[in-house]
Amino acid sequence: MAMIKLAGVEKTLGGQPVLCGVDLTIPAGKLTTIIGGSGEGKSVLLKHIIGLLQPDRGEVWVDGIEISRLRGKALNEVRKRFAMLFQGAALFDSLTVFENVAFPLREKLRLPETEVVGRVEEKLAQVGLAGMGHKYPAELSGGMKKRAGLARALVMEPEIILFDEPTTGLDPLMAKTIHDLIVAMHRAFGFTAVMVSHEIPEIFSISDWVAMLKDGKIVAMAPSADFQRTTDPAVLEFIAVGGMVTLKP
Amino acid sequence: MDERVAVSRVLTAFVERLGRATLFLIREMGRMLIFMLSTFAWLARPPLRPFQILKQLHFIGYKSTFVVVLTAAFTGMVLGLQIYYTLRKFGSEAVLGSVVALSMIRELGPVLAALMVTARAGSAMTAEIGIMRITEQIDALDTMAVNPLQYLIAPKFVAGLIGVPLLVAIFDVVGIYGGYLVGVDLLGANPGSYWSSIESAVEWKDVYGGILKSISFGLIVSWVCCYKGYNTRMSAEGLGTATTEAVVLSSVLILIWDYFLTSVLL
Ligand SMILES: Nc1ncnc2c1ncn2[C@@H]1O[C@H](COP(=O)(O)OP(=O)(O)O)[C@@H](O)[C@H]1O
Ligand SMILES: [Mg+2]
Repeated sequence: MAMIKLAGVEKTLGGQPVLCGVDLTIPAGKLTTIIGGSGEGKSVLLKHIIGLLQPDRGEVWVDGIEISRLRGKALNEVRKRFAMLFQGAALFDSLTVFENVAFPLREKLRLPETEVVGRVEEKLAQVGLAGMGHKYPAELSGGMKKRAGLARALVMEPEIILFDEPTTGLDPLMAKTIHDLIVAMHRAFGFTAVMVSHEIPEIFSISDWVAMLKDGKIVAMAPSADFQRTTDPAVLEFIAVGGMVTLKP
Repeated sequence: MDERVAVSRVLTAFVERLGRATLFLIREMGRMLIFMLSTFAWLARPPLRPFQILKQLHFIGYKSTFVVVLTAAFTGMVLGLQIYYTLRKFGSEAVLGSVVALSMIRELGPVLAALMVTARAGSAMTAEIGIMRITEQIDALDTMAVNPLQYLIAPKFVAGLIGVPLLVAIFDVVGIYGGYLVGVDLLGANPGSYWSSIESAVEWKDVYGGILKSISFGLIVSWVCCYKGYNTRMSAEGLGTATTEAVVLSSVLILIWDYFLTSVLL
């Protein structure tokens, strides 16, 4: 069953066409990874799914609701089912790591404070940030910010989580830890996951589906095992070079 | 023939550019107005965030105190010098206090304090919100179904509305003492008449006008500076441009609005 469906999504940003007719179906309860070169519009694509950007043309469906024309309260209702890890983590500078992770629990779920503390401590420990709760984001390294952002996304245990490059900038060991954590959480809670990642070939073993964004379109989408056997030359080239060096001219 | 075509082309281009600039200006003004109105609408909705408001009040108010006191002292002192010098020509040094106090309360206190708050707290506000925009913290608020206008902007509006009038009050008092210091202690005007002329000349109407001015200036500072930060463009220069524009626009609006209010209040 499809949880998220994009149909003919077009978006021009700053005079540049970024998405040129994206058709994409994300199955419910599965982990779908989107690959593609830098600047291809992967982050822009994720922002359309959670309604931070509205398409110039086309439709975005989330669980049977067309969200691209929604505003205000109706959009917030849909967003309550989401969490997102931003590419740059997007931690609030004025709050400590603990307060950052607690933020959605306090603001969105309005949990009692004792439960907030328990859940935040647990998540911080899982991402390897136990005892770092009192620090401010400015005092963290890039990788630690990423993990704090991940903790903030996971702590709500929502139905859909969007991960924008969760492991970029981490050392291989930490990247594996994060992948394992995402997979474990995914098994435990069965949320629908959409991940943008460059970690080839690791993503093939952890994803259920893989899609590739190129020139503003989804050029390939297949179950992870089949995706590796593709014969599409553009996809093959991207996989061969490890995904990191394909840049738009 | 060719010449006429060329001239008409230049004229068309000019009119086009003028039209585009006018349209842009009108659209920008509309956006700013909507920004302010929606912030007030969000302010009226629960939850009220007293802690956020206090934090902003501390930032806009308390942290601007030093620079406001410094500016006020020197403004008062230079007024003491200048006005004493002028009044002595007419032998009316006795009204020194009232002239200093009226200039402070009616005009210089609100305007200079607001300009100092713009320079110190306003620019920092634009930069803070602009960085939150660029690093997607504002998007993150949105994804957590927390309205950024309510969480981020509304407390700054309240802090501006409360903080600036309080700073203006401090400015007025320090300025009047600054005038006393120079006029009386240094130049030898009569201390008794300095105070009594203030008592007899300053009316409730003057104070009321000053308060009205400082409240509206407080709104202008937080409104303009928040708007510019909130709409920072996603580029390296974006933040610098936003901060500069915020300070310039806020200062200019303060001066224009000051003239308008003065002409209405008089
Ligand atoms: N808010 C924006 N305004 C203007 N251009 C943008 C904006 N966001 C993204 N872009 C442009 O869209 C393109 C795709 O960006 P992005 O989605 O971040 O790429 P990536 O695939 O690396 O995540 C880039 O060329 C970027 O400059
Ligand atoms: Mg990206």
